[in-house]
Amino acid sequence: MSLNNLQARAAESWAAFVRTDRPRILVGAATCGRAAGAMQVLAAFREHLEKRGLSNQVLVAEVGCNGLCYAEPLVEITGSDGRRVLYQQVDEKLAVKLLESHVIDGEPVAKKALAVVEGETVRGVPPLSRLPMLRGQVRIILRNCGVIDPTNLDHYIALGGYSGLARALSQGPLGVIEEIRAAGLRGRGGAGFPTAQKWTLARNAPGDQKYVICNADEGDPGAFMNRSVLESDPHSVLEGLTIAAFAVGAGVGYVYVRAEYPLAVQRVELAIRQMRENGLLGSDILGSGFSFDIRIKQGAGAFVCGEETALIASIEGRRGMPRPRPPFPANCGLFGRPTNINNVETLAAAAAIMARGAAWYAQHGTEKSRGTKTFSLAGRIQRTGLIEVPLGTPLRRIIEDIGGGVAGGRKFKAVQTGGPSGGCIPARLLDTPVDYEHLAEVGSIMGSGGLVVMDEDSCMVDVARYFLTFTESESCGKCVPCRMGTQHLLRILTDICEGRGTRAQLEQLHRIGLTMRKASLCGLGQTAPNPVLTTLKYFEDEYLAHIEAGHCAAGVCRALIEFCIDPEKCNGCTACALACPVAAIEGSRRTAHRIAQDLCIQCGSCRTACKFDAVSFRPRTRQPVSV
Amino acid sequence: MTEVENNGQIQSILLRHDRSRDSLIPLLQEVQGGLGYLSQQAVAAVARYLGVSENDVFGVATFYSQFRFNPPGRHCVKICQGTACHVRGSGLLVEAIGRNLHIVPGQTTADGKVSLESVMCLGSCALAPAVVVDDTVYGRITQKKLEKVLEGIE
Repeated sequence: MSLNNLQARAAESWAAFVRTDRPRILVGAATCGRAAGAMQVLAAFREHLEKRGLSNQVLVAEVGCNGLCYAEPLVEITGSDGRRVLYQQVDEKLAVKLLESHVIDGEPVAKKALAVVEGETVRGVPPLSRLPMLRGQVRIILRNCGVIDPTNLDHYIALGGYSGLARALSQGPLGVIEEIRAAGLRGRGGAGFPTAQKWTLARNAPGDQKYVICNADEGDPGAFMNRSVLESDPHSVLEGLTIAAFAVGAGVGYVYVRAEYPLAVQRVELAIRQMRENGLLGSDILGSGFSFDIRIKQGAGAFVCGEETALIASIEGRRGMPRPRPPFPANCGLFGRPTNINNVETLAAAAAIMARGAAWYAQHGTEKSRGTKTFSLAGRIQRTGLIEVPLGTPLRRIIEDIGGGVAGGRKFKAVQTGGPSGGCIPARLLDTPVDYEHLAEVGSIMGSGGLVVMDEDSCMVDVARYFLTFTESESCGKCVPCRMGTQHLLRILTDICEGRGTRAQLEQLHRIGLTMRKASLCGLGQTAPNPVLTTLKYFEDEYLAHIEAGHCAAGVCRALIEFCIDPEKCNGCTACALACPVAAIEGSRRTAHRIAQDLCIQCGSCRTACKFDAVSFRPRTRQPVSV
Repeated sequence: MTEVENNGQIQSILLRHDRSRDSLIPLLQEVQGGLGYLSQQAVAAVARYLGVSENDVFGVATFYSQFRFNPPGRHCVKICQGTACHVRGSGLLVEAIGRNLHIVPGQTTADGKVSLESVMCLGSCALAPAVVVDDTVYGRITQKKLEKVLEGIE
């Protein structure tokens, strides 16, 4: 089938999807929506429609994630009045109410509405574009997320999908590479290598059998951009992969995706099937003479497989250990053949660039970092979710304006960028523009785009220890600097967290960190010290407080604190005593309770259970012991 | 399941894959999907099928955290320890649940009901802390809520 035929069919199916003369219910049901209960809400809508005998008159569909995760489950309703309203935190009970009131009677429920879709008016409800979380965003990668049904190829095509591939095929491989170069696209996996240059290397490598790989092994804890795109708009990534294959001259492509993302795997599988059925994959794609096929490989849980050579080893069925480079994968990659590997987001951007042109893309971002970048906002932030902003946007705008600042009116302490390879950036550097160069300057990295916000309840020594626990267990063990370095860093950090730290150890942390940076074989070991080095640089006072005063101001390092009950505030409700797992709290009803310190394990259950704020912590009075 | 049934299941999985080295990980994943874990007998069958040594298969399987070598419980509870979940207290959660069940992550309760795992990042960071019980993801979970979920399963 030609693209024109596909587009004609797609236009019809899209028109039927968006018509406003028939009520429609869209439920955001990516993994995050499901975690918040989207599937139960969906079932409630269907069940109630059935009861009212309206199943055939109302369209109910799943869409992906629009990034406003804090408000999930999200439901967009086009009522019988034709108005389109986005509702937030919908549960089964609210679903029935929305169905009766808005879908059937045409009366929007303003109190539960988050926003109205552009052009509509409902008293007291702002339009979508005025939501603080969406203002300031430029959505290129996320263009279709939450808008289309991700299982429907027609929707993707109707909104311009595969026109980039068609244009690429007509321009020829060199034309494609030139377009990507002009757009200034750099690798979105973290390192920021120019994409056009990477494609050129693989294209010029000798050999008639070449491979392209989409790296969807999003292993950074705290990052979920790639998952969301694969679940909400899988075709954008596969179109980009096909364009990359055409540019470098590859006949087979792989999507290497984490097994922890079952819904993403399912969506990509379906999308590949749809491509094959519609002549977008296989031999002679869109009548161009170009042949290409895509396979899926599921990761098996190894963080190091995000590294190119380790990922290749894993696809080949071996232990996922990196090897020294050169030779680079562009010359000697999968099965010893020239191989090009790109991140999910790079590929989705490539598809958009080929559809709309380099100049359009390059208008966003900065001189050296063109275009946009997606970030996941998580941790102690008001509005958690997935966003996309032009590169160069200051961190402050992302955290304060888009994310709404720290949750619960607490004080901002740091933002962690780049996962275990990145660093913690303190409040005074919040005006740092987010691009490859500036983040590297402050000792962090862009990474894949996870932003985890921390407030005064987070202990920075504990955060460093947390990341080292991760990298220590994920280090593949092949090279000594990484294997031994992560172990020693972790041991020292544990000493400090448990009250056995010394000043001399701070110097050791520094020296080991710098050695690892220089001498490790791959990116994992080279960047693993970043969380330690940045927290040492920006939060040395916290390290010193642990070492010299045995004090953890955040109350996180349990060997250094003890909990106590304020007898003035305690009214003897017994909630804490019931919550205590080790029966360390004594006291009878309506009299102030007491914690027996020799029994207490510092789990904090009492503090969570107390409704009167009577439980607090103080530096431990007796000698610190290890927990 | 008897050994014979297991054998039959392993054989039918093997036949769906090429006898090439790059089938190894997908094969192990499917065998574990069917059996719940990689038995010694399954590892031997995979090794024979691909013409590689059992050592080699164990070497690969033990490298990846996905693979188990003991039968799991009837239900699997995975508590996310990603960064966002960590700063929202998932460390205390895993301890508390482990204390209730009298196991630590990686173990199965004595009655074979629940296996507890702590996993790195489920990608549901916006709804931290997150937990997966069997195939259902629960966001913004608390100790109380999770205890309730566990009470509700047999």
